[in-house]
Amino acid sequence: MNDMTPTREQRTAALEGMGCKRKRVEDIRFTQGKGNYVDDVKLPGMLHGDFVRSPHPHARVKSIDDSEALKVPGVLAVITAETLKTVNLAWMPTLAGDVQMVLADGKVLFQNQEVAFVVATDRYAADDGINKVKVEYEPLPPLVDPFKSMDPNAPVLREDLAGKTSGAHGPRKHHNHIFEWTVGDKELTDAAFNKAEVTIKEMISYHRTHPSPLETCQCVCSFDKIKGELTIWGTFQAPHVIRTVVALIAKLPEQKIHVIAPDIGGGFGNKVGAYPGYICAAVASIVTGKPVKWVEDRIENLTATSFARDYHMTTEIAATKEGKVTGLRVHVLADHGAFDACADPSKWPAGFFNIVTGSYDFPTAHLAVDGVYTNKAPGGVAYRCSFRVTEAAYCIERAMDILAQKLGMDPAELRLKNFIKPEQFPYHSALGWEYDSGDYGTAMRKAMETVKYAELRKEQEQMRAAFKRGETREIMGIGVSFFTEIVGAGPSKNCDILGIAMFDSCEIRMHPTGAGIARMGTKSQGQGHETTWAQIIATEIGIPADNIMVEEGNTDTAPYGLGTYGSRSTPVAGAAIAMAARKIRAKAQMIAAYKLEVHEDDLEWDIDGFRVKGLPGKFMSMKDICWAAYNSVPPGMEPGLEAVSYYDPPNMTYPFGAYICVMTIDVDTGVYKVRRFYALDDCGTRINPMIIEGQVHGGLTEAFAIAMGQEIRYDAEGNVVTGSFMDFFMPTAVETPHWETDFTVTPSPHHPIGAKGVGESPNVGGVPAFSNAVNDAFSFLGSTHIQMPHDFWRNWAAAKSLGVFASA
Amino acid sequence: MIPGSFSYHRPTTLVDAVKLLWTLGDEARPLAGGHSLVPMMKLRLATPEHLVDLHGIADLKGIRRDGSKVLIGAMTTQHDLLASDEVARSIPILHEAALLIADPQVRYRGTVGGNVANGDPGNDMPALMMTLGATYRLEGPDGGREVAAADYYQGAYFTAIEPGELLASISIPVPPAGHGFAYEKLKRKVGDYATAAAAVVLTMSGGKVATCTIGLTNLSETPLLADAAAKEVIGTGLDAATLKKAAAAAEAIMAPAADARGPIEYRKHVGGIMVTRALQRAAANAA
Ligand SMILES: Cc1cc2nc3c(=O)[nH]c(=O)nc-3n(C[C@H](O)[C@H](O)[C@H](O)COP(=O)(O)OP(=O)(O)OC[C@H]3O[C@@H](n4cnc5c(N)ncnc54)[C@H](O)[C@@H]3O)c2cc1C
Repeated sequence: MNDMTPTREQRTAALEGMGCKRKRVEDIRFTQGKGNYVDDVKLPGMLHGDFVRSPHPHARVKSIDDSEALKVPGVLAVITAETLKTVNLAWMPTLAGDVQMVLADGKVLFQNQEVAFVVATDRYAADDGINKVKVEYEPLPPLVDPFKSMDPNAPVLREDLAGKTSGAHGPRKHHNHIFEWTVGDKELTDAAFNKAEVTIKEMISYHRTHPSPLETCQCVCSFDKIKGELTIWGTFQAPHVIRTVVALIAKLPEQKIHVIAPDIGGGFGNKVGAYPGYICAAVASIVTGKPVKWVEDRIENLTATSFARDYHMTTEIAATKEGKVTGLRVHVLADHGAFDACADPSKWPAGFFNIVTGSYDFPTAHLAVDGVYTNKAPGGVAYRCSFRVTEAAYCIERAMDILAQKLGMDPAELRLKNFIKPEQFPYHSALGWEYDSGDYGTAMRKAMETVKYAELRKEQEQMRAAFKRGETREIMGIGVSFFTEIVGAGPSKNCDILGIAMFDSCEIRMHPTGAGIARMGTKSQGQGHETTWAQIIATEIGIPADNIMVEEGNTDTAPYGLGTYGSRSTPVAGAAIAMAARKIRAKAQMIAAYKLEVHEDDLEWDIDGFRVKGLPGKFMSMKDICWAAYNSVPPGMEPGLEAVSYYDPPNMTYPFGAYICVMTIDVDTGVYKVRRFYALDDCGTRINPMIIEGQVHGGLTEAFAIAMGQEIRYDAEGNVVTGSFMDFFMPTAVETPHWETDFTVTPSPHHPIGAKGVGESPNVGGVPAFSNAVNDAFSFLGSTHIQMPHDFWRNWAAAKSLGVFASA
Repeated sequence: MIPGSFSYHRPTTLVDAVKLLWTLGDEARPLAGGHSLVPMMKLRLATPEHLVDLHGIADLKGIRRDGSKVLIGAMTTQHDLLASDEVARSIPILHEAALLIADPQVRYRGTVGGNVANGDPGNDMPALMMTLGATYRLEGPDGGREVAAADYYQGAYFTAIEPGELLASISIPVPPAGHGFAYEKLKRKVGDYATAAAAVVLTMSGGKVATCTIGLTNLSETPLLADAAAKEVIGTGLDAATLKKAAAAAEAIMAPAADARGPIEYRKHVGGIMVTRALQRAAANAA
């Protein structure tokens, strides 16, 4: 071998495959302002649509007068529910099996609900038109508090459901009831509680918040009357699903619908479902024959398109005196607002909330969820979480701390005592899941050692004593969170959307010169798919990642997929990519065997090509095989080198992690300081550590925001009071704490590359870490649970209610 | 979030600007940095038919020392304040407070004139100007007049300015050498207005407070001077009991609104704490 021959390490590094901190290829255009977003789509003759919205949370619509609006120069049409009825589109189905008004049909059910759609030659004229549409309302009593929604005399919100005693998920108990969902063994669980030595019970609320991506929801719809084709550019996390929904509800042939999701500026679950703006823009384009753009503004995004959470979880744990958990009982009151517009897999009205047993070995558990209507915006979507997993993680992690407090045990110790043990995997949980793999104790102990947990507890003890002596006005909290997620929806046996199984897909085409293009059914909104997908292929087929172009988001060219949300891209599409790549490699092996004149079985894979076993000099690189695929394939073989894989995962994946937050709070002002935040994530095989770190940073920042103040709030009259970033807490770099990240690796045994997904873990695990830190800080003053969000004034209010100012 | 239509004017002299405002009447609004006006227009809470942009008037910009006073032109930006050695040297509290206004982007455009003229109780400069004993130079169709900052604010967005008048400059008496100062502002995040803020300018003599002025931001419909609170501390060494009395006297005049920053009780409570902390810090940095 001469000096020029690259070493095995050099050959591996040249691929920039899995495990490499490859720089994000998409950033080349993003950092130069050259991304191409929906609002960058400008078509000749394009019109603009905008909504007249309801000022009332609950009112009858007596009349809509558009005559003055139509006189505004540039205004071409005003679309109302009456217009939409002519094409049978006044209502649309939601992914959760409910129906939703596209435009107010007789009534409005939440403030800022869409009432009419004004179409004009430019955005300014559209807004001038909006101000001229006269709507006469008769206000009705608003229902804001979900706990009052099932009162016997609560106002009737959904008149369209009158007389319907059952919905998409079974019987309805009340006119404002949507569904009841129960899981687990009630009898066994009740028995565990009856003989429990220790129990705790707490109503733990996860407040209403919002995914608030920086780019709002938007679309451009263009109907070609001659061809009868509809093209939609939109902010879609799941473009194929949108195409199918349009085909089903607009009754257009699916091949004549082209859905294109260009670059997307964040989604976080906000861009999974269908919104009235999409329907109205499409109808407006069909009516006018011109392309129509709809771009939501910030207020509309925060107040009308899907919120997240609003889960009120009454949680009970049974345990022995020694701290071994023996039972879990949870009842959830789920506020869905005016329409159930969850974007969960069809059969899961409360998503995967039954992961609520968390990382602990509960012998039995029972869960009941009641969904109700209120006069608030419809939802709730999975804000950077896999379908109610964030709620579940918060519920169990907060409850474990409450139990530790009652037992007088350290919360970390309580967790270690109750973890599912490594040898118990695959583990069957009391609420029906099969956890694939985990090593919780190792992760927890690594976290505790890194932050010097024992020393922190000592310091806290000293600070508490000093506080009691009146020497300091600061209290210290240590928040521990150990979460287990369930992601990668999902296996066709239990996951579908509108009847379509939740597989995902990949198509790879290799070109003669050793380059290729890969297309998937997923759609990046900032996750960096163009970078990481190419890395999987690079490792699998030995072609440098730089030579693989990744393309997503165009339903005409991409294979059918269910999109990107619920941390499903790596678990599902990531598997499809590996499987498609392996098909390429299998064909490549046949070509190589033919060219090297040996039997296939005599070849072994070696980084970037095939080598004849025992003959190190006889080697054919993948690059050369690509060329051969186009001119000298074995007799009888089709030329070319491409493959498609549709991957139906056998199981979900179960990422986990240990987070620790150290915080101080000034009781006089409620102002907190995050002193330290340590996040250890185990997402199985790590494809690109740098992208993982970026995902963790982003998710932790969201978790920080949510726990410490990010809230969609309604006043008692049903007015939404958090319509801008002035009041809806969006932390800047100044407020955001410093993040320390770490990892362990426990691969998924059933995933082709062992990867589990990480995008949402930090949001899921971060919120309880912050909330537990605040609660831990106050616990020595006698509190057991303080509801989120923990903004300054609420911290002060907590201090006050605990008597901190009594002697002052 | 789209403003209504308006016509745009860009005069180059103060006289022309005043003439325009006078002839266009109620439907015209001066435009400075636009940070308050433009968002109001986007929400259509303000729908002026004419905007008179003041950026073309060179005379309205600049900071200059005039004997015992510092004169600041209305179109001076908050960034200009931060860049001024004169301000840093002679009125350091203005420098400190300007740094607490949002972020560099906002400060590059937001003007001192717009900030004090608007009458928004959330703005920081008005209480500071009252604390410093500043006067505003108003130019109108009938010539100019001086109004003390303390007499300018009448209610939220209600001020002593008359139709056709422009705020041209601010005149601030330079506080005595060796004075102590502090602006304590509690806010939820960068870019937020004060939950509560207190400005203190004082002088010390023999370890006791000799003179003291206290201003309050966003704790009422208008900025406030907490005179009774200031009286409490004069002649004292700011012992714990005095600070408590001063905070209580200040809280007694606060009438904040309940909003997302917190309920009334909280905002008053932290208002008292801002007063206490500002007094302590001002005393500590006085000569
Ligand atoms: C995100 C954000 C955060 C902010 N945070 C703070 C903060 O924490 N503290 C703070 O103090 N400020 C804050 N501001 C306000 C900002 O700094 C400006 O000072 C303020 O908006 C007004 O100045 P402007 O030059 O933008 O005035 P404009 O918006 O142009 O004008 C405001 C009003 O004053 C009138 N006006 C302007 N100039 C004159 C004049 N010379 N004579 C008469 N009338 C006039 C206008 O007609 C208008 O009615 C913030 C602004 C933003 C956008």
